[in-house]
Amino acid sequence: MEAPDQAEALHRALGLTDAEADQIQELLGRPANPVELAMYSVMWSEHCSYKSSRVHLGRFPTEAPWVLVGPGENAGVIDVGDGLAVAVRIESHNHPSAIEPYQGAATGAGGIIRDIFTMGARPVALLDSLRFGPRQDETARWIAEGVVAGISGYGNSVGVPTVGGETVHDPTYLGNPLVNVMCVGVMPVDRLVLGQASGVGNLAVLLGARTGRDGIGGVSVLASAGFDESADEGAKRPSVQVGDPYEEKRLIEACLELLDSGLVVGIQDLGGAGLCCATSETASRGGVGMDVFVDAVPVREQGMAPHEIMTSESQERMLAIVEPDSLPRVRETARRWEVEAAVVGRVTPGGALRILDSSDGEVVAEVTAASLHDQAPLYHRPMAEPPDRARRLSGDPGEELDPELLAGEILAMVQDTSWVWSQYDHQLNLGTVIGPGADAALLRLRDPESGLDTGRGLGVTTDGNHRWCAVDPAEGAALTVAESVLNLACVGARPRALVNCLNFGNPEHPEVMWQLSRAVDGMAGICRLLGIPVVGGNVSLYNESNGVDIDPTPVVGLVGITGPLRVRPPGLAVSEGQILIELGSPCPEDVALGGSRWAWNRGRRDGALPILEPDRVAAVSELVVESVADGLLGAVHDVSDGGLALALVEMALAGGVGLTTQVPLSPRQLIGESPGRVVAAVDGESTVGALIDRAGDLGVAARRLGQVGGERVTLGESFDVPLDRARRAAAESRL
Amino acid sequence: MAPLIGVVEFPGTNCERDVAHVLEILGGRAEILWHGESSVKGADAIVIPGGFAHGDYLRAGAIARFSPVMTAVAEFARGGGPVLGICNGFQVLTEAGLLPGALHKNSGLRFLCQEVALEVVGTDNIIGSRLEPGRVLHIPINHFEGSYVCSHDTLRNITESGQIVLRYVDNPNGSVGSIAAVANIEGNVVGMMPHPERASDVLLGSTDGIDVLGSLIDCLAGDTEPTPVDQGH
Repeated sequence: MEAPDQAEALHRALGLTDAEADQIQELLGRPANPVELAMYSVMWSEHCSYKSSRVHLGRFPTEAPWVLVGPGENAGVIDVGDGLAVAVRIESHNHPSAIEPYQGAATGAGGIIRDIFTMGARPVALLDSLRFGPRQDETARWIAEGVVAGISGYGNSVGVPTVGGETVHDPTYLGNPLVNVMCVGVMPVDRLVLGQASGVGNLAVLLGARTGRDGIGGVSVLASAGFDESADEGAKRPSVQVGDPYEEKRLIEACLELLDSGLVVGIQDLGGAGLCCATSETASRGGVGMDVFVDAVPVREQGMAPHEIMTSESQERMLAIVEPDSLPRVRETARRWEVEAAVVGRVTPGGALRILDSSDGEVVAEVTAASLHDQAPLYHRPMAEPPDRARRLSGDPGEELDPELLAGEILAMVQDTSWVWSQYDHQLNLGTVIGPGADAALLRLRDPESGLDTGRGLGVTTDGNHRWCAVDPAEGAALTVAESVLNLACVGARPRALVNCLNFGNPEHPEVMWQLSRAVDGMAGICRLLGIPVVGGNVSLYNESNGVDIDPTPVVGLVGITGPLRVRPPGLAVSEGQILIELGSPCPEDVALGGSRWAWNRGRRDGALPILEPDRVAAVSELVVESVADGLLGAVHDVSDGGLALALVEMALAGGVGLTTQVPLSPRQLIGESPGRVVAAVDGESTVGALIDRAGDLGVAARRLGQVGGERVTLGESFDVPLDRARRAAAESRL
Repeated sequence: MAPLIGVVEFPGTNCERDVAHVLEILGGRAEILWHGESSVKGADAIVIPGGFAHGDYLRAGAIARFSPVMTAVAEFARGGGPVLGICNGFQVLTEAGLLPGALHKNSGLRFLCQEVALEVVGTDNIIGSRLEPGRVLHIPINHFEGSYVCSHDTLRNITESGQIVLRYVDNPNGSVGSIAAVANIEGNVVGMMPHPERASDVLLGSTDGIDVLGSLIDCLAGDTEPTPVDQGH
């Protein structure tokens, strides 16, 4: 932070608008001092306060009988039976990753892990939804390599397996990559804790790493503004935090032990906006106040000013609220795990958050905790539909379809992401039944402390599709959820909760706010229809570079449950001799190609999206879940971007064997992305009959598509290539 | 009485519960041995599991060798006690001088978590009773620093004396001689980069690791008959 010459310029340097500064003065009844301004600037940042998006987020359905904690807490929590609960959250770390890919991504993983164990859950899985510029671009490669290495370096060492995710390359992310990390935790239901302070006289104990000057203003300077060529982005680097997974590993063990032994009454992680956020949120949620003594905070370097200590985003820290009698035992547990513990404050009556330079010293800031936490301004930002929307929707990229070019175009879509996930420990805890590289990941659902196995599975997946959402944010977001549901079905799981990470451009652009609002409507609508509660989310705005917004990219994370795990779900690898069956209504001959991977690769952004019928998706999902559970399928893969053609090529590559379709398939039907379809491969005619009968009972269309075998992949009339050529395409796509 | 296996836990170790779980399924009794202990507490065998002991700061295993428990483990090994180091445990054992050679960063300079094919070479050691030379095992690796290195003389010596236990079929990390596991000259200390505990369950994809850890249990029970195992728990 630059020291401004003039007092009136300070709030602007901190990222506050003039109107916001006026509002602060009105709340306080006096001008804010510099420490208070610094605190408001981080807490009222877009990143912390959701001031541009909050008016829209209320439209999500958030309730279901199994929801224990909905949006607004550190993580959403659902009851999954057998005395267990699952905590889930997704968060972006886009801007830090653009500036410093390794640490940006590493601390993104660290932060989301803390959100999960803050609830009392042991983190059992990470998933990464990553979006970068084209592979051919050197900077994009540097960012991609660094982000993956950062997640690998942090996640592996901290001891949380990274079991899934997605990796997308597209020019829209060239100046602004997206790094969304989802974490899932499991806990005995009775260990659920909330991040709130209670009990006047209780102590605020800061656990973990020492506080340094890293990450000051991360949420305001970095996360709440776009990138611009004219500015020196390197100068923002000090706003990126540095992670220490070994500290976090010990912090996890210490905190879970404290929660198990009932030694804390509330606990909160320190993430964006640091101690300022943790103290004001816990006090505000608990309806109490808090005194914070800055001289008691263990610091990494001398001479830190109170505003630096309060807003530092140093990683691997937790704030525990402890009864004075419990303090010695808290210290003992911390000592065993080599975690530093310091009493830095006290719960007070009333609602004031007071920052004192020492416990009996001078008050350097005094504000009401709630004013920081939930009295941030609420913006109804202007929204505008793009003026050329109707014209774009009426186009048809399919007019460019050339059967001669199709094979090459399909092979260009093949992407081997094993270079990403082979860098992640995805097997720790012996719980990963299906790991990365499949439609979704599947974990054993066990009590993480006693090891007691429920015999059921926990399915997890992340999905996003900016192409669909660029064409139509509402339908695109709904299609994304539909695809996610089918991904879960492929590992035998039925959806139980959704979290989202809404990555959009600059909210001051009316078109971006229109996209956000429409995406919320589309997602909310299908979640309501399918009975999936939204239990949490994160909004990332200002994803832009040089004034150009990214394509709207709402990412969803879905958590589902299976019945008893009698057999391992088949995965997408086909075997010689299997028969291919298409489940769900076949792609219509006149399917719209707007937003398809094929159209995008040709530079066509016009056209409409294929038609989505949510009840059909639900029926296909049910059919696949039951068939996977019964071990009826030899392979299974959902059809999504790249259409039937890419799905079949991926299945052939995974199995290392060719395949041939035996039904008429036009070029449009090969690459069309008509939703609600899954390809299954089964062994033997009797199984074909059983599957088609079962589909009939559920009202799902099913047809024999072709045969697995040989060394060629032959799809309809216009795609016939040796398997080796597909292998080469896959190999060339690795970074 | 089932044999007691001490599973060493340093701060930062993360595979201790996985290893203990599989050892118990195979008929052993596993107890976590905290790094601050000054004895092996009556264990019949010691396993040093994978993870990031002391954060792997400075160098993998470099700080762990100074933990009090390692003095006790070294003494136990010198007395002929069976000691198996897996992944990070292998790194700790080379740092502690209980095994020849050292482990460098993978030649590709990337962390690798994947199943690999391994050829069994030497079986005259604590994990060899259920294995036969030439057999191919499928077990995952999970490491950044798994590239085995040693001097020419050491390589000749360990080759001639049958101390090479496992070799990679497709060397994934640039290890000298494709070495994935080595034993000391007596065969009572073995270090291996692959994780046998991760290949011990049908639902997780491979059961080849059962014969590795099962061999360790067999040599404690003093009989060479494989313990019957219920693999479908």
